[in-house]
Amino acid sequence: MTTVDRAVPPGADLPEHADFLWRNPEPKRSYDVVIVGAGGHGLATAHYLAKNHGIRDVAVLERSWLGGGNMCRNTTIIRSNYLWDESSAIYEHSLKLWETLEEDLGYPILFSQRGVLNLAHSLQDVRDSVRRVEANKLNGIDAEWLTPDEVKKVCPIVNTSQELRYPVLGATYQPRAGIARHDYVAWGFARRADEAGIDIIQDCAVTGFRTAGDRITGVRTTRGDIAAGKVVLCAAGTTTVLTDMLGLRIPVQSHPLQALVSELLEPVHPTVVMSNHVHVYVSQAHKGELVMGAGVDPYNGYGQRGAFHVIERQMAAAVELFPVFARAHLLRSWAGVVDVCPDASPVVGKTPYEGLYLNCGWGTGGFKATPGLGWSLAHMIANDEPHPCIAPFGLDRFVTGALIDEHGAAGVAH
Amino acid sequence: MNALRLPAGGRIDRSTTYEFTFNGQRLTGHPGDTLASALLAHGIHRTGTSIKLGRPRGIAAAWAEDPNGLIQIEEPFPEPMLLATTVELTDGLTARGIPGQGRLADVPDSARYDARHSHADLLVIGAGPTGLCAALTAARAGARVVLVDEQSEAGGYLLGSTDRIDGGPALDWVAAATAELAGFADVLHLQRTTAFGHFDDGFVLALERRTDHLGTPTHVLGGETAPPHKSRQRVWRIRARHVLVAAGAHERPVVFSDNDRPGIMLAGGARTYLHRYGVLAGRDVVVFTTNDSAYAAAVDLADAGARVHAVVDARAATPAAWVQKCVRRGIPVRAGRLVTGTEGVERITAVAVAGERIPCDLLLVSGGWNPAVHLFSQAGGTLRYDGGLGAFVPGEERDGVSVAGGAAGVAELGGCLADGRRAAEGALGGLGFVPVDSPSPVAEAHVDGQPSLVLWRVADGDQRTQFVDLQRDATVADIACAIGAGMRTVEHVKRYTTIGTAHDQGKTSGVLASGIAAELLGRPVGELGTTTFRPPYTPVAFAALAGRDRGSLFDPERTTAVHAWHVARGAVWEDVGQWKRPRYYPLPGEDMEAAVLRECAAVRGGVGILDGSTLGKIDVQGPDAAEFLNRLYTNMIATLKVGSVRYGVMCGADGMVIDDGTVLRLAGDRFLVYTTTGGAAAVLEWMEEWLQTEWPDLRVYLTSVTEQWATFPVVGPRSRDVIGTVFPDVDVSNAAFPFMTWRDTVLGSNRSGHDASTPRSARGGRPAPDQDVPVRLARVSFSGELAYEVNVDSWYARAVWERLVAAGERHGITPYGTETMHVLRAEKAYPIVGQDTDGTVTPHDLGMSWAVSKKKPFFVGKRSFHRADNQRADRKQLVALLPVDRNLFLPEGSQVIEGPSVPEPPIPMLGHVTSSYRSAALERTFALALVKAGRTRIGETVHVPVAGALVPVEVAEPVVFDPEGARRDG
Amino acid sequence: MQLITCPYCGPREEAEFHYGGQAHVPHPADPGSLSDEEWAHHLFFRDNPRGPFAERWVHALGCRRWFNAVRDTVSYRFHHIYRLDQARPETP
Repeated sequence: MTTVDRAVPPGADLPEHADFLWRNPEPKRSYDVVIVGAGGHGLATAHYLAKNHGIRDVAVLERSWLGGGNMCRNTTIIRSNYLWDESSAIYEHSLKLWETLEEDLGYPILFSQRGVLNLAHSLQDVRDSVRRVEANKLNGIDAEWLTPDEVKKVCPIVNTSQELRYPVLGATYQPRAGIARHDYVAWGFARRADEAGIDIIQDCAVTGFRTAGDRITGVRTTRGDIAAGKVVLCAAGTTTVLTDMLGLRIPVQSHPLQALVSELLEPVHPTVVMSNHVHVYVSQAHKGELVMGAGVDPYNGYGQRGAFHVIERQMAAAVELFPVFARAHLLRSWAGVVDVCPDASPVVGKTPYEGLYLNCGWGTGGFKATPGLGWSLAHMIANDEPHPCIAPFGLDRFVTGALIDEHGAAGVAH
Repeated sequence: MNALRLPAGGRIDRSTTYEFTFNGQRLTGHPGDTLASALLAHGIHRTGTSIKLGRPRGIAAAWAEDPNGLIQIEEPFPEPMLLATTVELTDGLTARGIPGQGRLADVPDSARYDARHSHADLLVIGAGPTGLCAALTAARAGARVVLVDEQSEAGGYLLGSTDRIDGGPALDWVAAATAELAGFADVLHLQRTTAFGHFDDGFVLALERRTDHLGTPTHVLGGETAPPHKSRQRVWRIRARHVLVAAGAHERPVVFSDNDRPGIMLAGGARTYLHRYGVLAGRDVVVFTTNDSAYAAAVDLADAGARVHAVVDARAATPAAWVQKCVRRGIPVRAGRLVTGTEGVERITAVAVAGERIPCDLLLVSGGWNPAVHLFSQAGGTLRYDGGLGAFVPGEERDGVSVAGGAAGVAELGGCLADGRRAAEGALGGLGFVPVDSPSPVAEAHVDGQPSLVLWRVADGDQRTQFVDLQRDATVADIACAIGAGMRTVEHVKRYTTIGTAHDQGKTSGVLASGIAAELLGRPVGELGTTTFRPPYTPVAFAALAGRDRGSLFDPERTTAVHAWHVARGAVWEDVGQWKRPRYYPLPGEDMEAAVLRECAAVRGGVGILDGSTLGKIDVQGPDAAEFLNRLYTNMIATLKVGSVRYGVMCGADGMVIDDGTVLRLAGDRFLVYTTTGGAAAVLEWMEEWLQTEWPDLRVYLTSVTEQWATFPVVGPRSRDVIGTVFPDVDVSNAAFPFMTWRDTVLGSNRSGHDASTPRSARGGRPAPDQDVPVRLARVSFSGELAYEVNVDSWYARAVWERLVAAGERHGITPYGTETMHVLRAEKAYPIVGQDTDGTVTPHDLGMSWAVSKKKPFFVGKRSFHRADNQRADRKQLVALLPVDRNLFLPEGSQVIEGPSVPEPPIPMLGHVTSSYRSAALERTFALALVKAGRTRIGETVHVPVAGALVPVEVAEPVVFDPEGARRDG
Repeated sequence: MQLITCPYCGPREEAEFHYGGQAHVPHPADPGSLSDEEWAHHLFFRDNPRGPFAERWVHALGCRRWFNAVRDTVSYRFHHIYRLDQARPETP
């Protein structure tokens, strides 16, 4: 069993921010590349376009404020212990980038590799978990199967009593997994992109596309038309609102996904715990708040809010698994809009429109993929060919039937 | 000891004295006190230090808006991060100030939490003057009313005032109003109940605090104690046709240099401590205000004996009537002046006002009032900036929601009373009630004054000590820094500075931050907006939200009718969905392996009995039932003869296996469908979906009969003897009762005529002891052995089970659990959906092409079989794996690779082990696995990494035992 | 938590219902005649509008009846609820 250094203990002071983060420029009339959406994916793509490919004549358009969508609404879990080869490849590529991201960005992102436990509560959970651990190992990803006693050692507050309604039968453990501070990640990427001369245009909503035949030539926005050699959609839950403007159909549905935090608490929870069966995932952030989430709300929704009974259920699960949480207090709840594909894997690739690139369908996995996706998407934009990490995620899989079904045996997909 | 407790006044019970401990100091107080009022009575303002800068901090308000005053309760049970202002004092309470992080108990909380539902015509949130008036108006009109209020008693703002209504003290009117409300049968009035979340369609969640104020039995000196079974907190789930938010307003401070010292307090708070608790918050007082409301605090504190050294009014035009009152009391009023700084370390000692230094021990501040719009905003109500109030107010009308009184920006008492009545009457009209004529309460004449000045901050001095969010130690300098860094929105500023994210969720700091950011950016506040209000309004304990859904109630435990027998027999359990199923029945000294080997051998060598009652059962009836099932199963069902049984597979539209089981044809128009235990509910919903949404023309009716039928497979070569003994009426020979057929019979006397398919309830309850028990027998086998499945009404299940066991005794009948069932079925390669499949597996992959009809033009999933990926030669197929080492056990989930060497990652995987067991019959281990092109690899050797080693295994035909099927007829 | 008016039972809590996605997507009469691409679109591709959306619900913990609704995916408000045998109402 591996243990890891807890680089930043919960309760530590937050670092000072940079004095300057980004300009607020007026949009130019034309760019080589226009990225729609200044969330983590859009900003990371901009950064790697400049850094890896020297492409700097880039605008990132944001209808609201940068990093204000799912980027600032997720529970910041970073891991790569996915079941299928295709998934673990992109997430592991991403995790490796996370490990050096703070230096790359020159900005504190509070990346803390405190490990993640995925608990198993049924015999089938155990089978699925072992299957995933063994696949991870063969793919070069750190993964272990822990007994309930070993789970208790990693996270002493987990209730491993066999009297539990669904007792903990063990867990998968990825020591290199962890959490980061989502806002700082967005700001760090934005700052680097801005430094490279990339224009981040906030409060600028795309209202349409300009096309010439099957080629994209630009976007129409609330701040005027902007011509573009290439257009990249990084709009997560609102992607289909954009693709509908082009009559392009993609198999994603937008759902509310809720999360919540407690007040600040002295350190009690040293790792990240996820349970699919009892259904909650929880970590303790750097300042001490418990950060928690569960499943998506079932219906389509863009309202950035969900139903409270989902949260009540999650609280029941939390207190069941962590009895010491009983008198922690729910301080704030909120929701993002996640774009979900039928197989719980993303859609990344070229489109029938020349110069238009698609990146969506990340569901609950978007945050952890941020650097890896940005890297790979920048590669595709620069070379007009998918990076190997994202090549399997094209739309074609829905026609052939070669889905990458992370619902089935991958534990929680968050 | 209570040096600052006035000799009389307040709503505390002076006849009883409580002892409590704060920061290690033993202190006293009275019933009716909050922890904060009891501390202030001792002259204690400072509760702790701030989170980042370690500056002393104290009590700064009298209720939930306090951004300071954070405490940790240690006794009677640790609870983190509460406000001293909202904790009711109890005897023996032990608490301490904390710098912003609480401590969780390290033992489980034994308190009980629960929830109740309530339905109302009108829900009124807040029992202040507005809410009481509204509730009375609605109750008198005959409406069903729920009135909730977060304080220990009704009155709201009036509890901290000297206001008068109808010529008498306002609290007399409050008492009369609550007494009148108590007389209405359809009024639910709850104090200590905080509405914390407002959702769609009039749904409001409120938390009732039921026992904390009673203390623990050992500590209570007199009066009521909390019975141990009483829930500590209760979540009220209120569904109201109309919601009226009458939550009042929160006073807002002004930001100035060193505005965070203990002894700096909101003016209204000090007034509340005076009138409600009989406590002087200080002896030497300075008041700093931008509006008229703080004058009342100056006057009241002076009247109570405090020395009020100045009222510093930021406005040049001061309110004449109030100034006159001050002059009469010798209180100087400094018009058009600002507080520019303070002195003191542990407690404020002086205030700087434009170069003048005024010594004091209490600085009262009022920067105006923020309407408490949280609950309106949570439900999606938009807000509008009101430049006159310097605050955000409800910006639109919404169906079923109204806001009245202080929460709508109404400032004075008369207006609130009228607004409450108006809002209630407006709502009643829409609900079909007619307001009755009744006199309106009359407030004493309002003191005319001057308009408020909107002032966010006093710029003089060091921005780094001008605190906007005290709990987060966030200052004007931090806002300036955020803007300097490029941030232009309130959301970014909030995230950069952390303003508004602390325990109080920005109740005082939110609007200030918007105002100051707008000022620094040179933009209007209204354009910049404010951050979104999110549930909960005030923090709610996890356990309260979990309620009773804990332990065995976390998820219902489903047990079969024979459960108690299994318990008595010492079964070890497996959770299958919500069901508790016996996994195996160990004999003394046996571990699972020994028990399962014994059970397997007993079944294959003699006879065993399994409780299979958890299998899903669906009664499918109607003239088109055969056609309906034909469309859902991959194989042909319509040709099934009455009296026969067929195994069927169901696929999703994507062609992947979703369930399987047997189908009994009971009649031309009636089938009994068995599903997997875990899939029962989903399959019924799946059937209903197709029937209702795609084939409404089919005349079919579906009924779940899972609980109605108990199912006991009696399995093994001696099963015929057992069945023949128990059911002498039945000819159990192969010829008369062949495989895959069923027969109805009776148990008991030999009278016949009962229709086994009629449930007990339809027969009017339990038959007399001499009556027959209808039983259905089916020759199906999930083990390859001769087997009879005994189906009986659950009511008689235990008796029938015991008859079977008794009859089997001489054959050594052995009860067996799911583990043995799995071994036996795996030896025959019968797949378990969800274990040997994972949503990516077709019937063909399972080697069950025989169960996929080639004749039927349509069945669900058929089209998907023709897609490119389904045609791949290297699809994963179900095969058996036989470890070369016959004793080596492959863990389920193990991955299969080519081997025999291990290359560098990523290593290509061929598939994985889905099921793995020790076979008593084969005297070896074996496994089932999904392996790429598995069927073409039969006979080859592949490898499985197991615990760091690479294990060679032989790929084999999936059926490893009795491949000829010679045993099923006995 | 919404109050959803089941056409058969009346208003009930949202938790009693299961969601069924886009309405008015009939199963093709002859799936065999569809190309792989057309079949993929039927299986996996659904509208996802921001605003009014005609969708299916089932009163799963009540009468088990399916019905259709036009609901706004931003406000979550139900504009129309109608039985399967009724035509989709005109929406604003």
